[in-house]
Amino acid sequence: MKLTSVMKASVLAAFASAAPALAEDAVKIGVITTLSGPAGYLGQDVRDGLQLAIDMEGGKLGGVPVELVVEDDGLKPGNGRQIADKFMNDEGMTLLTGIIFSNVAGATVPEIVDNGAIYISPNAGPSNLAGKGCHENYFVVSWQNDALHEAAGAAAKKLGYTNAMALAPNYQAGKDAIEGFKRTFEGEVSEIYTQLGQTDYSAEMAQIRSVDPEVVFQFHPGGMGIAFLRQYQQAGLLGNIPMVLSEPSTDAVVLNAVGDAAIGITATAHWNYDFDNESNKAFVAAWNETYDRPITYYASQGYDTGLLIASALRETGGVDDIDALREAIRKADFDSVRGEFAFGPNQHPVHNWYQLDIVAGDDGKPVAVTKEVLLENYGDAYAAQCEM
Amino acid sequence: MILFLEQLLNGLQYGVMLFLLAAGLTLIFGIMGVINLAHGSLYMVGAFAGTWVATQADSFWPGIPAALLIAGLVGLVVEATVIRKLYARDHLDQVLATFALILIFNQLIVLIFGRQPIFTPLPEVFYGSIEIIPGLFYPPYRLMIISVGLLVAVGLYFLINRTRIGMLVRAGSTHREMVRALGVDVRLLYTVVFGLGALLAGLAGYMTGPILAVQVGMGEEILLATFVVVVIGGVGSIKGAFVAGIGLGVVDTMLRAFLPTILRGFMAPSDADALGSSISSMGIFLLMAIVLLIRPKGLFAAGG
Repeated sequence: MKLTSVMKASVLAAFASAAPALAEDAVKIGVITTLSGPAGYLGQDVRDGLQLAIDMEGGKLGGVPVELVVEDDGLKPGNGRQIADKFMNDEGMTLLTGIIFSNVAGATVPEIVDNGAIYISPNAGPSNLAGKGCHENYFVVSWQNDALHEAAGAAAKKLGYTNAMALAPNYQAGKDAIEGFKRTFEGEVSEIYTQLGQTDYSAEMAQIRSVDPEVVFQFHPGGMGIAFLRQYQQAGLLGNIPMVLSEPSTDAVVLNAVGDAAIGITATAHWNYDFDNESNKAFVAAWNETYDRPITYYASQGYDTGLLIASALRETGGVDDIDALREAIRKADFDSVRGEFAFGPNQHPVHNWYQLDIVAGDDGKPVAVTKEVLLENYGDAYAAQCEM
Repeated sequence: MILFLEQLLNGLQYGVMLFLLAAGLTLIFGIMGVINLAHGSLYMVGAFAGTWVATQADSFWPGIPAALLIAGLVGLVVEATVIRKLYARDHLDQVLATFALILIFNQLIVLIFGRQPIFTPLPEVFYGSIEIIPGLFYPPYRLMIISVGLLVAVGLYFLINRTRIGMLVRAGSTHREMVRALGVDVRLLYTVVFGLGALLAGLAGYMTGPILAVQVGMGEEILLATFVVVVIGGVGSIKGAFVAGIGLGVVDTMLRAFLPTILRGFMAPSDADALGSSISSMGIFLLMAIVLLIRPKGLFAAGG
């Protein structure tokens, strides 16, 4: 029960509103993110990860006092664009971040960068903005969308499978997921498209059983994925046909809701809470102390965004000189919680992808354990098309 | 053949779920003339309340009475505070007010349970799958959903057709003014019907917990299909909700399962998959259009 945290939050809110003068001359960073609806936890974690980086530096990033201005886009591209306009024109912000979903990013990011402001993506990395549509003011801290699923394909190939069944909802991100998986898997793939928002997968389970592939790959964001995994277990397929998943299907929140139906699955990721580096240890410890909910890779991306901004502000001392700020960000001179990190030519990450195993933790609940590096210093398929 | 039977059972199970939701909605719509968009919220409330109690008690079963009770109570409160003011208003006001209820309920759930979807335990007895006929393995939990749904259908049949309150409900859905003129306390009748609808929605919500994700906004996902069931079955008719619910469940499942395979027989596999999944997502709406062409008031319209 979260009643106590609700009370804590309202007490905090009361204090916060009592002391607005504190952040009077702080640099304002605009955060456009998704907080409402079933996907609201994604935006919440990105926001809280970013805030954590600020709090750990005592309200500053790179020695410069900063203040987050957060607004909910409600997963509507139009809202995202409106909020961006408001942030830039009414409040004069030049540094924005926070967007979770590619459709919101697609409508909002061009508006921001064309206006001369800098946008740093903590999550969405759509392909159209990674290739020909790249921009010098647009940075991605998280990943390029396709790379998520390319890692899953690489894992399936490495495990020695030659034929797979791939399932995803019949919309752009679903098709991209299957394409990404096929790009690195290189084996024989039979595809099934489900409906966006589908809740019952019994028909698909029966088909999987009758086709009997060596391995199953599926991409169903949020609640759809939880339903899929639980029904996979109930249909008796878990343990009989192995499953390889991309990162969004196995975040800590999903694992919590899925329970033991996730144990035995092979997952892939660019970050995991058990990474053994100083930056990550400090982050995980601070998160567990501050929040009583599972730590997700969204939170790590929010935190990394904070560290990146800190590294740039330490050099420039502010956001007034956009050219200097851009140059400083491009250096990516920070200790990412994922380990090695650099920007590629399209200002998207070049980093490692890992294979994780989902095993039963001490309390029987599923946890992801890092196994080995799958793809080393991996960029994305679109970097070559980017001309800056 | 085995695959066909399995898919038939899957369709039946989905249909039964739709029926549980549609039964309440069709009564509320038919008898009180209120379009209640917040019906999905009661489904969500049932799921969260039941799951919370089940997690506290570390057992699936106490969740059932909890889901029924709390969804029913919330339904009564909503009826008394909001819906009652809407009987005399037109449909636009009702849609606006009940849409506001959706937003309020979603935000309340976020405040109390957080934004993360929560885990519903599945009782040990329902783990794995059982062999119904040789070669046909089926999850026992889904069999339980089917049986519970059919039991509720039988129960409602007796309630509506064999009891005094059922008589009033039937009369209320066809001759509302006459029932009022005869001195029946219509307000009480409305409250009881709304509570009953909320109760069924809560039951449906809790029972889907172990299959689906218990999360904010889960009610809206299933609301559209539920309204299609109500429209096809005929507003106000439990029998219609039952026939249309099962029918839609089976049609939807069968289209999803077999249409791409059939299409693959005479076109390229990728085209077949794309076309197949597009047609099957339109399937229930096509069916609705066809039914409305032939019977504009639905299959079993009350008083029609």
